Amino acid sequence: MSTVTPDPEFSLRPSGNLARRLLISRAAQGGAVIAAALAVVILLILIGFTVVHGIGALSWSFLTGNLPAATGQAGGIGPALLGTAELALIAGIISVTLGILTALFLTEFASPRVAAPVAATLDVLAGLPTIVAGVFVYGIVVAHFGESGIAAAIALSMVMTPLVARATLESLRRVPATWRDAAAALGVSHWRTVLTVILPGAASGITTAAILAVARGAGETAPLLFTSALYGNNVQLNPLHALPNLPLEIYTLIETGYPVSVQMAWGAAFLLMMTILLVNIVARIGLRRGERKRGL
Amino acid sequence: MSVSETTTDEFDDTLIAEPDRSAPARIRLSPGPTRRPTPEPAAPAITRQIVFDARGVWVDYGAKRALEDVTMTIERNLATALIGPSGCGKSTFLRCLNRMNDSIPGFSVGGELRYHGHDLYGPTANRVEVRRRIGMVFQKPNPFPKSIYDNVAWAPRNLGMKDGLDERVERALRGAALWDEVKDRLKQSALGLSGGQQQRLCIARAIAVEPDVVLLDEPASALDPIATASIEDLIHELKLRYTIVIVTHNMQQAMRVADRTAFFSLDENRTGALIEYADTKTLFSHPADSRTRDYITGQFG
Repeated sequence: MSTVTPDPEFSLRPSGNLARRLLISRAAQGGAVIAAALAVVILLILIGFTVVHGIGALSWSFLTGNLPAATGQAGGIGPALLGTAELALIAGIISVTLGILTALFLTEFASPRVAAPVAATLDVLAGLPTIVAGVFVYGIVVAHFGESGIAAAIALSMVMTPLVARATLESLRRVPATWRDAAAALGVSHWRTVLTVILPGAASGITTAAILAVARGAGETAPLLFTSALYGNNVQLNPLHALPNLPLEIYTLIETGYPVSVQMAWGAAFLLMMTILLVNIVARIGLRRGERKRGL
Repeated sequence: MSVSETTTDEFDDTLIAEPDRSAPARIRLSPGPTRRPTPEPAAPAITRQIVFDARGVWVDYGAKRALEDVTMTIERNLATALIGPSGCGKSTFLRCLNRMNDSIPGFSVGGELRYHGHDLYGPTANRVEVRRRIGMVFQKPNPFPKSIYDNVAWAPRNLGMKDGLDERVERALRGAALWDEVKDRLKQSALGLSGGQQQRLCIARAIAVEPDVVLLDEPASALDPIATASIEDLIHELKLRYTIVIVTHNMQQAMRVADRTAFFSLDENRTGALIEYADTKTLFSHPADSRTRDYITGQFG
């Protein structure tokens, strides 16, 4: 092997504007890393702050006791926990039903010319300011029948339905076309195919969508402001009356400014956040497991 | 069965312009008069019942013509192969036979395509019913993510054929030469089967609803040679009970399994067209068209 002196004409160092481009590229990469880190750090600080302030408030009597009877008094959040669970359940039933049917319409029955504007409408609805959902339901329901759990659930489901529909749409689209072909070639009607092949195929994705939407709805505040705010301090399960709920209770407690109330608000916020976080994590693990089982 | 059926066509020949009342009720897609099937000009010694009668069939995908002027008949209890180079329209034609193209945006079909005398695309022909009678097996095995048993039982259950379901499933699996391999694990997932077994399961699933015709779209192209051989053996069995139409890229396969072979190719406008249709032996030994000769001797495609 003979040694050749490197020919400067064929230098491999960055030439021309490449050096400058490399610098810009590195700067952009650095910016992206910092932004991502910042997002995670802020979330961690938020969680940490809530845990530190809220965990001290937790006790059995806090979880089960009635709401404070008067401003500045001590009490529990039992009725608000139950009320939020009930609101999430009713709103969940409404939005999961409507959301799945909407997604089925878009993937299975609508022609592309109809599907595109409907899907776009869903996206707009998903970005609807939640207070507008509250005002709307106030106008059409509360103004005539007064506040109620039902009215609140309708307002919440306006926020949740587009989420369910969007996520269901995605998982329906991931059902392999070969299954549809196989089913169609057997002479079975489309609806039977939807019920027995397509929906089961998308089940894990739809379940996750439903759970995530319920978790989102449970934490929504604005839709409840005019629909389920005038509640008493003890347990109310009748959905024809305003239901005590966590988000508005947190709001009310903070507003008073009394240290004992603020402490309770932290506790309630901690509880709400941890529940939603946990549900999110469980739902996402379940989704991944379900998709792996189907070999997707 | 075919022997007794064949006489009905000859009988019909005397009843010009009469409704085809002799057609068995179970193959009627709609009530009303139907056109009398016309036998091939060079009729073989045994007149077979005509299942598909295509006259000047064309297919467009949007503005693009995919298939031009196909005229051919497909006869009962024969295996008919459609061969030709990629893009020649053979799969398009196959999928016209059970209306699987209907859902493709821009698809339109013209000419006359009759199934036992009924207009396949006529206003009274329901495409779900069409596919009940004309089953299809695809290129890639596509079992449902269900158990072996449930794959075969799925269509009968949904079509209300719930009596004697176990026997029906066993019959279909035996018919697809799969029973002995899976009888001890019917409740296990179909996705655990080998590719060749999955494809035979798809055949079992197709014949579980007792169709009249089974369409096979390159059924062995994703399989190894041993699995391919078992599918080919199976086709010989299947044609005793069903009419088989098979699309294949593999000329040896067409020679092994098909009684009649249709050669499709691209015409001077790059549109798919039927070039030649004959008994398999004749087509491969004495092709009438130079394009067929070029293709089967490997000079084209």
